[in-house]
Amino acid sequence: MRVANRRAENSKWRQTRLQASKHAGQSWRAQGKSAGQAVLVAAAFLVSACSQQPETAPTFHADDNPERLSDWGMIAATDGALKLSDGVTPYDLATPLFSDYALKLRTVWTPDGKPAIYNADEAFDFPVGTVITKTFYYPTPENAWTGDVQQGQERGIHDRRMALDHLRLIETRVLVRREAGWDALPYVWNEDQSDAVLKRTGAVIPMTLTRDNGEMEPFAYLVPNANQCAGCHATNATTKAIQPIGPKARHLNKPSSFMEGFNQLDHWLAKGLLTFSSENSPLLRDARPLHPEEAPAGPAESRPGDAVSKDEGRAPQDEENFQFPRNADWSDETAPLAARARAYLDANCSHCHNPNGPADTSGLDLEPGASGPAMGHCKAPIAAGRGTGGRPYDIVPGRPDLSITVFRMETTDPGAMMPELGRAVTHEEGVKLVREWIAAMEGVCS
Amino acid sequence: MNLNHMRKPAFACAALMLIAACGEKQEAAAPADASYQETLMGQLLDAEPGDVIEIPEGRFAFDRSLSLTVDGVTIKGAGMDKSVLTFAGQIAGAEGLLVTASDFTIEDLAIEDTKGDALKISEGENIIIRRVRTEWTGEPKTENGAYGIYPVQVKNLLMEESVAIGASDAGLYIGQSQNVVIRNNRAEYNVAGIEIENTFDADVYGNVATNNTGGILVFNMPNLKQPGARTRVFDNEIYENNTKNFGLEGTAVASVPAGSGVVVTSNDNVEIFNNDIRDNKTSNVIVASVFSSGLATEGMEDDFDPYPEGIYVYDNAFDGGGDNPDGLDLQALKVAVAGPLGRLPDVLWDGYVDPALGGPGDVLCVQNGEARVLNVDSPNDNKSPRIADDGVHDCAFEKLPAVELTGPLAGL
Repeated sequence: MRVANRRAENSKWRQTRLQASKHAGQSWRAQGKSAGQAVLVAAAFLVSACSQQPETAPTFHADDNPERLSDWGMIAATDGALKLSDGVTPYDLATPLFSDYALKLRTVWTPDGKPAIYNADEAFDFPVGTVITKTFYYPTPENAWTGDVQQGQERGIHDRRMALDHLRLIETRVLVRREAGWDALPYVWNEDQSDAVLKRTGAVIPMTLTRDNGEMEPFAYLVPNANQCAGCHATNATTKAIQPIGPKARHLNKPSSFMEGFNQLDHWLAKGLLTFSSENSPLLRDARPLHPEEAPAGPAESRPGDAVSKDEGRAPQDEENFQFPRNADWSDETAPLAARARAYLDANCSHCHNPNGPADTSGLDLEPGASGPAMGHCKAPIAAGRGTGGRPYDIVPGRPDLSITVFRMETTDPGAMMPELGRAVTHEEGVKLVREWIAAMEGVCS
Repeated sequence: MNLNHMRKPAFACAALMLIAACGEKQEAAAPADASYQETLMGQLLDAEPGDVIEIPEGRFAFDRSLSLTVDGVTIKGAGMDKSVLTFAGQIAGAEGLLVTASDFTIEDLAIEDTKGDALKISEGENIIIRRVRTEWTGEPKTENGAYGIYPVQVKNLLMEESVAIGASDAGLYIGQSQNVVIRNNRAEYNVAGIEIENTFDADVYGNVATNNTGGILVFNMPNLKQPGARTRVFDNEIYENNTKNFGLEGTAVASVPAGSGVVVTSNDNVEIFNNDIRDNKTSNVIVASVFSSGLATEGMEDDFDPYPEGIYVYDNAFDGGGDNPDGLDLQALKVAVAGPLGRLPDVLWDGYVDPALGGPGDVLCVQNGEARVLNVDSPNDNKSPRIADDGVHDCAFEKLPAVELTGPLAGL
């Protein structure tokens, strides 16, 4: 397996994989999933995990919704740090959802180390008992809580601990995979930051954001209620089943922030947190490029701009051509503008704006494969109401100021803004990216 | 002529009406109780199939949207003027109440002043909405939320005796649904009073639509999951829908001229009969293709049918209207067709005929006494608008059957 290759960037995998397999003298097929090196690496993870004495043990609550976050045993605030329990894996996403500049610590734990099953497009299929947490926190100017929060960078994890000085923990959302499906539970951190308490009706927390440029902006931070969790996580409006959104291949396919030199998917594979089923072996997976701009040239690939249906794209591949799907890092200025913008819209919009999502009523699809009017190009609104901002189309090429998409990202009016929930301030940097992307588009709407 | 360019702001009469509306709405409201929010939110979260959530008499304030995801729940208030949920202080959420569940009944309450839509029901079956009032208090304005009562992608829907006031898009808006009965409701001071969009099999009767920009709209929009067809609009009172269009540019209804009684756009098999339609100053009935609707045709899917067909207007009581149409183009048209003191005919048609059809008689039949049809001649840039007095619309279509509610709603 490609764990041998320490190149974490997927975009280079094709070349490096070739080299690696030449060196190893083995093919992907022959190597399988239990490559010796993977085992070694996995063992190294275990050793490092075991060197810490866990203070709490992860616990799957099959039926009850415990009152306290600590009852799940995934993370605990102790000794001025947020501590990850044994077996709990932190992860992050190439391009995350914007949540009023809150920083996020994501963790996943599966019972008995069972793996999730890989899926090229959807969230991985996690085993019953899986617990995913997402903790929202802000840098603060003072250690004492004043409601003042700042823009900042996510804090690193060292020795399985995240230091809490000059940080305020706001809430931790728990997604738990039970027998009947996923449940979503919001926990709000208490005043002394010792634990978080289940708050199914959500909360509103007044804050004042200081942006990097020094501008201050009061806003009301919203902790969603348990039904509102479904507003985003029921990504299929017909089944209404709650699903994780972040743990998809295209979001996780990035250099690991927690295991230097490794791709995050490799990390998961090596840990045994992820595996392939016989049906979705990468050798058979969808060859569809995620973004037309990213499509490498070659006979096996589609032409840029082609919308390739999943069936058409699902041609057997050999090892050399295999790529995991990958979204760009929206903030990576070396990546193509369109790839960054589409990654941003995917992460922030496609949980509703997908062909079966709650926003399928609008006809707007912001998943990576969508194109043309379906993804907003010269697309008239359906039921946007005053969410149009008086503009004619979702995207008017070259004219961000005429594009509804930009208006809905800029406004903070609850009746007009997008996303509908989870944002109270404008993501200036995200807006700038989408503006630049639209400004660079050619063509006109008739 | 493009209907979307017909609208021009501010008639004196519309302005007067605004003032009147303003005066009516300014009674001081009792202070609202904010402590109930947590209670109701908790009840909605913990609801189980079969539950009846009763909302007591009173005014209750909410700062966030409510949502229900459990099937089989009834929400019941003490009356649309007694149990009032006010969202005037709303800081988050795109609706007042969002329901994503089936077998849902809501009755006898009011939802006021939400930032976005008041009541949205998405993807459910067997939905009853009864004696619910949604209202934006104060004068009609663009800043009001878009939709009052907004079921979308639902099947088997009964909406009755409800009231929608002040929506900046549509008061009662039924989108992408099937098997729908909308009866005995009242819609006023919305841009669109009642809008049936991309919906199959809707009966719209016994309603009052007045003081909207357009009274009752039956639309098909391109690029959605389903088109629509077979709507019957009958036994309604549709009068004085002359409020200046306060919809925001870019929305589908922003192009509706003030003074429109019934507007059919791109929909098929629409029957308009036995209505009392009067004093709508642009036209009592407008029939248009998507090409003159102001809707974008860019990227329209190949299988979308932009032309209306099978539109059947009969036995309505028309009175007045057409005497002061919205916008200079329509004013000029009126003068050209009817002289300065005349009025436009009761039925305005853009003149587009699907090339696959035989002719105007496949598009529009009118069996309505003295009522005449004005062909605006939009396909030829309105060069020769003409009153169709050659009998081309003197025809009939097979009448549609009544919509029958099914399942748990059967017999209602």
